[in-house]
Amino acid sequence: MHLPLSDKIELNILHKNSHQAEINKKKFNECKVLCLNIMSSPGSGKTKLLEKTLEDLSKKIKVAVLEGDMTTTLDAARLEKLNIPVVPITTGRACHLDANMVKGGFKILESKINPTLLDILLVENVGNLVCPAEFEIGEHFKVALLSITEGEDKPLKYPVMFREADLVLITKVDLLPHLNFDIDELKSNISLTNPKAEVIEISSISMTGFDLWKNWISKKIQEFKK
Amino acid sequence: MHEVDMTKCLILSMEEWAERKNKEKIVVEKINLKIGEFTCVEPISLINTFNAAVFGSWLDSSEIIIETIPFEGRCSKCKNSYYPKKDNGYKSPCCNLNLEEIIRGRELKISSIDFKEK
Repeated sequence: MHLPLSDKIELNILHKNSHQAEINKKKFNECKVLCLNIMSSPGSGKTKLLEKTLEDLSKKIKVAVLEGDMTTTLDAARLEKLNIPVVPITTGRACHLDANMVKGGFKILESKINPTLLDILLVENVGNLVCPAEFEIGEHFKVALLSITEGEDKPLKYPVMFREADLVLITKVDLLPHLNFDIDELKSNISLTNPKAEVIEISSISMTGFDLWKNWISKKIQEFKK
Repeated sequence: MHEVDMTKCLILSMEEWAERKNKEKIVVEKINLKIGEFTCVEPISLINTFNAAVFGSWLDSSEIIIETIPFEGRCSKCKNSYYPKKDNGYKSPCCNLNLEEIIRGRELKISSIDFKEK
């Protein structure tokens, strides 16, 4: 054996994912399609939010969805009923989407439609408040959902997710009268982890906040297309 | 579970590095990592997952050494650096302001690799 050697490389562990995410983003930019990475814990209402958002919005803008799920295509089937292009990405045992999966999903999408005709690509990540925060997919903005049934403390318990989010949607606010929940405390906790995050209270049942959410999307598309 | 995917990424990076070194002619002894406190990685879980994942492979004899990088922020008003604490809602102790700038603590890095040539 020879003498021990040391190679100083200072390389990000996730550099291969980050590199692919950059390629994805470049592709989205070339196609002029805005990409949102939608993340939350399971059951916070991501799919319902998309259903209710796209019922109306898909008549005004061209939208496609990449639908991440660990084992089923149930959520993708729900969104396909809206007659929009949906590509399911089943991750198997992986608890998040990564850049390579999104690359594959977008390639399938390209075989179905011309992506340059799209305004926005919505990527529904796997339900999880931990891993999706670390794995970039090439998105322009990260949207985190948090339902009020999950508790006010979640931004402090999962700070990386809320630190990374550009927009936090507080979902299921129609349940507020029925719960002992302090929404101001939740907002304060979001602000503690990320003072720059925008916050919208929303309900897919009462439709509270949908105007603000759809305006946010429209504004981001307009800014992106400039 | 996310340590499994972090480990996969780590092994891919190691494979890439080894291809440049001629993998057949080296033995990796230590993989030195810098893991920030403000990440989703639990160091001991990463080590255990790595050891299980590389069992019987060319990295079987390698050891993961983790340097934990403290979570450090900077107060947006007085610009002093401080160590944000969850119990205090990450606020700056000097001016009691919310955390805006993170100086370090987000690292997920392979800092260096110690190896021998066969």
